[in-house]
Amino acid sequence: MTTAAPTSDATDEPALLAAVDVSKHFTVRDQLGRKATVRAVEHASVALHRGRVVALVGESGSGKTTLARMLAQFHPVSSGEIRLAGHRAPPAGRGYFRQVQLIFQDPFSSLNTLHKVRHILGRVLRVHGHAHTRAEVEEQVLSLLNRVNLTPAEEFIDKRPREMSGGQLQRVAIARALAVRPTVLLGDEPISMLDVSIRLDVLNLLARLCDEEGLALLYITHDIASARYLCDEVQVMYAGQTVEGGPKEAVIQSPKHPYTRLLIDSSPDPDRTGRGLRDQDDAEDLGEPPNLTAPPDGCRFHPRCPFAMDDCRRAFPDRTTFADGQWAHCWLHQHGRSAELDRTTSKELP
Amino acid sequence: MTARPLDTARSASAPSSALRGEPLLDVSRLTVEYVTERGAVLACNEVSFTLRRGEILGLAGESGSGKSSLITALTRLQRLPALTTGGEIRYHTRDGHLLDLVTLDERRLRPLRWTELAIVLQSAMAAFNPVMRLKAQFADVIVEHQPGITGDEVAERTGRLLRMVGIAPERAHSYPHELSGGMRQRALIALALACEPELVVMDEPTTAVDVVMQRQIMAQILRLQRRLGFAVVFVTHDLSLLMEIADRIAIMYAGRIVEIGAPQQLYTDPLHPYTRGLRDAFPPLHAPLTKLAGIPGSPPDLRDPPPGCAFHPRCAQRLPECEQVLPRLHQVLPQHGERQVACLLHDSIDPGGEAS
Ligand SMILES: Nc1ncnc2c1ncn2[C@@H]1O[C@H](COP(=O)(O)OP(=O)(O)OP(=O)(O)O)[C@@H](O)[C@H]1O
Ligand SMILES: Nc1ncnc2c1ncn2[C@@H]1O[C@H](COP(=O)(O)OP(=O)(O)OP(=O)(O)O)[C@@H](O)[C@H]1O
Ligand code: SF4
Ligand SMILES: [Mg+2]
Ligand SMILES: [Mg+2]
Repeated sequence: MTTAAPTSDATDEPALLAAVDVSKHFTVRDQLGRKATVRAVEHASVALHRGRVVALVGESGSGKTTLARMLAQFHPVSSGEIRLAGHRAPPAGRGYFRQVQLIFQDPFSSLNTLHKVRHILGRVLRVHGHAHTRAEVEEQVLSLLNRVNLTPAEEFIDKRPREMSGGQLQRVAIARALAVRPTVLLGDEPISMLDVSIRLDVLNLLARLCDEEGLALLYITHDIASARYLCDEVQVMYAGQTVEGGPKEAVIQSPKHPYTRLLIDSSPDPDRTGRGLRDQDDAEDLGEPPNLTAPPDGCRFHPRCPFAMDDCRRAFPDRTTFADGQWAHCWLHQHGRSAELDRTTSKELP
Repeated sequence: MTARPLDTARSASAPSSALRGEPLLDVSRLTVEYVTERGAVLACNEVSFTLRRGEILGLAGESGSGKSSLITALTRLQRLPALTTGGEIRYHTRDGHLLDLVTLDERRLRPLRWTELAIVLQSAMAAFNPVMRLKAQFADVIVEHQPGITGDEVAERTGRLLRMVGIAPERAHSYPHELSGGMRQRALIALALACEPELVVMDEPTTAVDVVMQRQIMAQILRLQRRLGFAVVFVTHDLSLLMEIADRIAIMYAGRIVEIGAPQQLYTDPLHPYTRGLRDAFPPLHAPLTKLAGIPGSPPDLRDPPPGCAFHPRCAQRLPECEQVLPRLHQVLPQHGERQVACLLHDSIDPGGEAS
């Protein structure tokens, strides 16, 4: 594995969809009307393979949605390249969206609430030329509903969005994406608006689609535990930079970047033993996430990092790759200080 | 109402700490309805529980189960079409008086706000006035409850409150939108504590911030709570968060409390099938992974809740009588600890089956 290559796993096939060293800069105006550049994503890479799930985690504003939108070609890249099945992706358009579908966080606003499910799904089938006659539409809509467990399908086909719960609606949204017959699904927090009790159903559905139908899935979330449940590989973003990635258990059980460590130690965990929230004594302020119009130089985590050294303020560290493919961008590894990450308890972390 | 200066050792001095563990709030058969064109929505249905001084009570349950309706009724901040149509909320004042918050008139309620009861809502942006600097908003609250306090004292107190939640006192000059989401939320917590209330009610105060900030805010709330001794009712749908912070957890389903008990008990030995389902809906972070099933079906329509136990259509363990008989919240056998549950699978210890 070379340092610049996007993550790949043991498969030899090229990734169905990959972002290679992409950046996204937005131009905004501040309150005084001055122009500023938001450096939302910097030199990120991600590769999505057949039948596999990559989770993209990281704090709010770290660029996860922006990266997914570049993959879906809703945003043009500022630099870098989007690759579809090993080749530079064709321009955004029906042909591209037939391969790559994005599922949004909020099923309530992403579906037209006036129409019945039959119409919502039927339209997509017709537009993409998968069904022509009324009977074909009917048959395929029913089969889509069965695939997403909206049963009895004969009943759901005549419902309108407002007659359904959030979990049911999100399944309609997933069915609509599947109607296109994509090879890649990009899920931008697809369960965060759903009730806790029905989230698992949707996660299990997504897992089944990858296992049985070979879809490639990007799963964006704040929730590390759900990422662990669903994915094969995790990639962590901080302030527009991808700071760590690799097989999920490696990243979650032995993080190699101080931010990943902080993120995992901060995640609610009912099985937590030892120092819980209740007996935490005066902790220092963790500081605020950086402003992306004037991000910190070097590693953007350095103002909050307990290990920060001069190099961290100077330059973004190269990728260090570990056994089983885990990688991280952190100066600790280039200074022979990797062991400090394991030795430090969460108490000493910020 | 005499305001007490912060950081004088109120919590360390006799009254409050001596009272710790005494009842602060006795809620009995509280019923809240929304009056709508399509009929009444029973958002809280005969809810009963006791909150002790200095206790952290977690309130969990899925969307629409009535959590927000309950706490806005508790703090009398509800607005039409919500109406409290039954029950009592007995509030024990520090000097031993009993007030029924359901019937208390606005004139007598007003002095209780902020000094006794404070609320922190999910969206700090909505709670703050966007066109006023923070310092002016703190001053409003402080001056109202301590007329005659000097401007310097107000500024000094505001600075101390902000520092307490990890915000530099200079930020008092900022407008709300000039702060990050996490800072705004912490500023709101500081404001809630401005008059040292006995009860702070928090409705998902950290759902809008990410986990790192959430943990920082929670740690701060717990530190302040230990120091100042206020009781907390904390609403969230995140059971795993409550596991870490609450003294007791109440689980709501379809407008009723279906189980209440200590976090460890609830987690290791949930008695209500819904509690069990909720517990099993959170994949673990470190423990071995197994396939989880969630809870089949969807939450009921509160305009027309199922008869009997409202959970029965989704319950794998239901008995024939669950479809007709309404299970009451009752004490269970001592081997399950000090816990109440509303489920027909569990016998009541008193033969009448009615506890309230
Ligand atoms: N269209 C846009 N114009 C200007 N700035 C933008 C735009 N879209 C996103 N940004 C900025 O880019 C950064 C990354 O945003 P993005 O939405 O990708 O984050 P995210 O990781 O998805 O966050 P969240 O977890 O809150 O959804 C943020 O600072 C955001 O304000
Ligand atoms: N203004 C209203 N008019 C009619 N019904 C309402 C109104 N506000 C809330 N409800 C209903 O009352 C019930 C309880 O709502 P409540 O907001 O208390 O639930 P919650 O447990 O706080 O949910 P969430 O977790 O989504 O915040 C819901 O069924 C809801 O649809
Ligand atoms: S009372 Fe019956 S239906 Fe309700 S939760 Fe208990 S077992 Fe299930
Ligand atoms: Mg996003
Ligand atoms: Mg609510």
